[in-house]
Amino acid sequence: MQEAMKARAKELLADGSVNRVAGWKIGEFSYDITPAIFETAEEIDRDFVYDDFCGANLSKYLISQSRKEGKILVFLKPCDSYSFAQLLKEHRIIRENVYIIGIECYGKADINKIREKGIDGVLGIKESGSSFVIDSIYGEATVPKMDVYAERCLVCKSKKHAVYDELIGEEGDVVPSSRFDKVAELEAMTPDERFEFWRGELSRCIRCNACRNVCPACSCENCVFDNPNSGIANKAAADSFEENMFHIIRAFHVAGRCTDCGECSRVCPQNIPLHLLNRKFIKDINEFYGEYQAGENPDEKAPLTNFTFDDCEPSIVYKRGGNQ
Amino acid sequence: MQVNDNKDFQPTIVAFCCNWCSYAGADLSGTNRLQYPANVKIIRIPCSCRLNPIFILRAFQRGADGVILCGCHPGDCHYTTGNYYARRRMSLLFSMLDYLGIEKERTRVEWVSAAEGAKFAATMNEFVDAVTKLGRNHRLEDLRCKKQ
Amino acid sequence: MQRIGVFVCWCGSNIAATVDVNAVTETLAKEPGVVYATNYQYMCSESGQNLIKDAIRDQKLTGVVICSCSPRMHEATFRKAAASAGLNPYLVEIANIREQCSWIHKNKEEATEKAIILGRTAIAKVQLNAPLIAGESPVVKRALVIGGGIAGIQTALDIAEAGFEVDIVEKKPTVGGKMTQIDKTFPTLDCSACILTPKMVEVAQNDNIKIYSYSEVEAVKGFVGNFTVSIRKKARYVKEDICTGCGLCTEKCPQKNVPNEFNLGLDTRRAIYIPFAQAVPKVATIDPNYCTKLNTGKCGVCEKICTAGAIDYTQKDEIVEQQYGAIVVATGYNPIKLDNFEEYAYSQSPDVVTSLEFERLMNAAGPTGGVLLRPSDKTHPHTIVFVQCVGSRDVSGCGKPYCSKICCMYTAKHAMLCREKYPDTEVYVFYIDVRTPGKNFDEFYRRAVEEYNVHYIKGMVGKVAPSGGKLKVQASDLLNNEQLHIDADMVVLAAAIEPDKSARPLATMLTASMDTNDFFTEAHPKLRPVESPTAGIYLSGCCQGPKDIPETVSQASACAAKVIGLLAKDKLTCNPCVAHSDELMCNGCSSCANVCPYGAITYVEKEFRQPDRTMLVRRVASVNPAVCQGCGACTVACPSGAMDLFGFSNKQIMAEVDAICK
Repeated sequence: MQEAMKARAKELLADGSVNRVAGWKIGEFSYDITPAIFETAEEIDRDFVYDDFCGANLSKYLISQSRKEGKILVFLKPCDSYSFAQLLKEHRIIRENVYIIGIECYGKADINKIREKGIDGVLGIKESGSSFVIDSIYGEATVPKMDVYAERCLVCKSKKHAVYDELIGEEGDVVPSSRFDKVAELEAMTPDERFEFWRGELSRCIRCNACRNVCPACSCENCVFDNPNSGIANKAAADSFEENMFHIIRAFHVAGRCTDCGECSRVCPQNIPLHLLNRKFIKDINEFYGEYQAGENPDEKAPLTNFTFDDCEPSIVYKRGGNQ
Repeated sequence: MQVNDNKDFQPTIVAFCCNWCSYAGADLSGTNRLQYPANVKIIRIPCSCRLNPIFILRAFQRGADGVILCGCHPGDCHYTTGNYYARRRMSLLFSMLDYLGIEKERTRVEWVSAAEGAKFAATMNEFVDAVTKLGRNHRLEDLRCKKQ
Repeated sequence: MQRIGVFVCWCGSNIAATVDVNAVTETLAKEPGVVYATNYQYMCSESGQNLIKDAIRDQKLTGVVICSCSPRMHEATFRKAAASAGLNPYLVEIANIREQCSWIHKNKEEATEKAIILGRTAIAKVQLNAPLIAGESPVVKRALVIGGGIAGIQTALDIAEAGFEVDIVEKKPTVGGKMTQIDKTFPTLDCSACILTPKMVEVAQNDNIKIYSYSEVEAVKGFVGNFTVSIRKKARYVKEDICTGCGLCTEKCPQKNVPNEFNLGLDTRRAIYIPFAQAVPKVATIDPNYCTKLNTGKCGVCEKICTAGAIDYTQKDEIVEQQYGAIVVATGYNPIKLDNFEEYAYSQSPDVVTSLEFERLMNAAGPTGGVLLRPSDKTHPHTIVFVQCVGSRDVSGCGKPYCSKICCMYTAKHAMLCREKYPDTEVYVFYIDVRTPGKNFDEFYRRAVEEYNVHYIKGMVGKVAPSGGKLKVQASDLLNNEQLHIDADMVVLAAAIEPDKSARPLATMLTASMDTNDFFTEAHPKLRPVESPTAGIYLSGCCQGPKDIPETVSQASACAAKVIGLLAKDKLTCNPCVAHSDELMCNGCSSCANVCPYGAITYVEKEFRQPDRTMLVRRVASVNPAVCQGCGACTVACPSGAMDLFGFSNKQIMAEVDAICK
């Protein structure tokens, strides 16, 4: 896969179809893959990586990259392509300046889950049938893929690309997903239990803004929390209220626009399951206003900029869900 | 659910009313001398769709115990579609607050027309009762803004 | 530094009886920024207002808070007073301590405390008020009417009568619309052409009215008072100003087999044609789809025969750009296509016709010269079955969910006319309900039943089967609970009506909203029924909902009155409490434009200097203050907080929240 991608990228660079390539390279550690822009075949040969740690969604980088001179090649996994399509719908990306190669994806590994297996000092990862072979400073270990797939991959919603110019690998389909199970589990709790759960999670927030910075939907030129005229500009969460406020408003601002790519939870250094906030909105939107997948249909109106005359009333919240 | 331990508890209620229907409805309940508790303070906004979820959270932060939004009945919006958007936004926001374990009875939306002075007063009486029963808002308060 | 003046009104005893006005005054006087506080018996009285004006001048106030009755009552009064003393009127805030305080509370202590909080809230807000200046925009004193049916004609005539110029854009070669095709009108049974054609002539002769026939609206730019509209004048290959309408060409043209749309395809016309005798403008038009000359280059008969020399095969579409202050939509309706209603055998038998086709078959200028003959064998029908609600009130999805409103009445008319002209015919009408609200409507229907012995049967027709020259109609009679089998000679279907197909793209151009059935939405369903929510766009006739002729004409005149009201103004004063966007914050994501009911938000590409000193072109929102009505929907749709609303800004509302919760 990696070799096919490299070859194609170099080909497109060579014939001048693109000027730059957005891909991945090794970060501080081999499992710490970081998005990167490549401009020459040499850079690609040297640094370009695509392995089972390449979870990072590159679509957000196209906001600035597509505004630069020339054309850029980007590799998008199915879930990334939804983010890209959503950004396109919001006029954030200049489509003509981007060449998309859709790549197949069957799931990416979660380094935390690997560590939970007692494997430390990870040096590399390889596929072997239904297992990953993980190379570490302590030697090789084989773990079943299912055990270390990232949560978002275990509940993958689509193996089909929302948008692409060409494909490497197979195009899949939208697949049934159990991604709302955890949300439903929380909904079934009592409010006190839910409050405890979320306090436990959100109180760990250090307001590093990693979730905000990685999120393709959270891509404002200037965040409302940095806007002095919004009245809520705020740099650090000094109080439990501000922790709640930041995450509620962030989730609300991406409601109907979040494609559920799961990047927020991946990058959270405190391992807060932020995707459960976004999924709650997605689940509610599906239940209240009909199934909606952000990024799927470029002509469909977003749920929060749309309405029907007989939408449910807000009082629906009192009538359903959760124990008292 | 929390139990209200303080018998003399007086909740602070912020009511956002759209200028065209509900604010006029509130005026009418005054004109008709219909009583509702003084806990309720009204903020006039042009349309229910002007209500930003941030304002609701801000109210709770600063010590409100309940927030209610009143707007024109769906179909009667002065700006034709404003309350339809407000309806979606509030449905989702309230559901999220509930999801975070914040008492859902603290937030409410009611459609009150300019002719429904009685409904306005009744709604406020009911809402103040409901919030009084819940007691002080602890789950969304900011300790730095705590009342003396 | 703010210098705020607080004025507490007693309103006689209305406020003072339950609120301790002195305590309120004293407390509020200590609020930060307040330099002057007083109270008075009646602030709205002349001496009360003078008190405010004097204080503004003497104390050099930068903001005024009046604790009094509802702002809905006297906000305008106090703003005016402030303005006359030289203070921007938008630096006045009202604390409503009467309707929302003294009148609803009995306990003086409680009411006083609340009045203080409400006063404080107003002070907190006024600190953040910005002086606003109401903008003005000029009004182009010309109206555009899109659609030249009876609705468009009536609106145009009324506007022209008031002395304003009006242009009518009609996509067909002649004005007149559906009414030209109708034979008689209910409930008076006068001839449709007799009452319509004088109006068509009037339109043509009125100096203030210009007709763009055979033309369509191509693009609309601008806003209320100042629209720029591109009109495509389609090539008719005949010079309009030279053609005398003698009609010689339409008799000599060798291409005879063109379906005649005026008679709904029941007969044919030539490739060069004048739709009907009283057409306005009475000018020939060449149908480019059928003209031999245009398609093969051979023929040219019409050119040879035209003594006036009006034929011009080289004519091209022409785009005219024109300015208008107001636009009236009068795009009308069409009967629905009956493809979804196989059971009525419309496509199988020519003797199954729609009601509009039936009008043509009854009309003296129609294909049969007014003699009712079956289209199949040109014989006189003896049994006629009318089916109502074909596609109306249909929630199955095949038709339309709404009532088409006019069918009950025209079916009664048809039935009555049949019985009157041909007393030997048996006429059956199948209905779900007969709906006849309207002046003299029910009387009319009762005459059909009682005097003309039309058989009205409650029930639906299940199937129409052509068989041996007859139409076997299978139906149920719900009142007698029996199945009926009627051997009919003709079946007439009252097809539902729907908005013209051109309405949807037009609505997009005008940024006027439509409902799910493609009818234009009105600014308020009860109180502003002839205006679109988009300022400067007005609705006339069936484009807004199904209507009969009297209703259409009265709505058309109402619409004209609204247009005249606009055009009579030299300038429009805009509400300054409108949305505005901070370009540096804006993402250009279109969320705001997607919720704007007025189409007030457009996007521009602008160059911005980046922190690294490079320039970057970004798409940013721009609000047209003349179009924005200030609802604030955009401010919440905007995730970055780039959109804010003058008069009700984020900061102002939050200051109010803080003051209340303190």
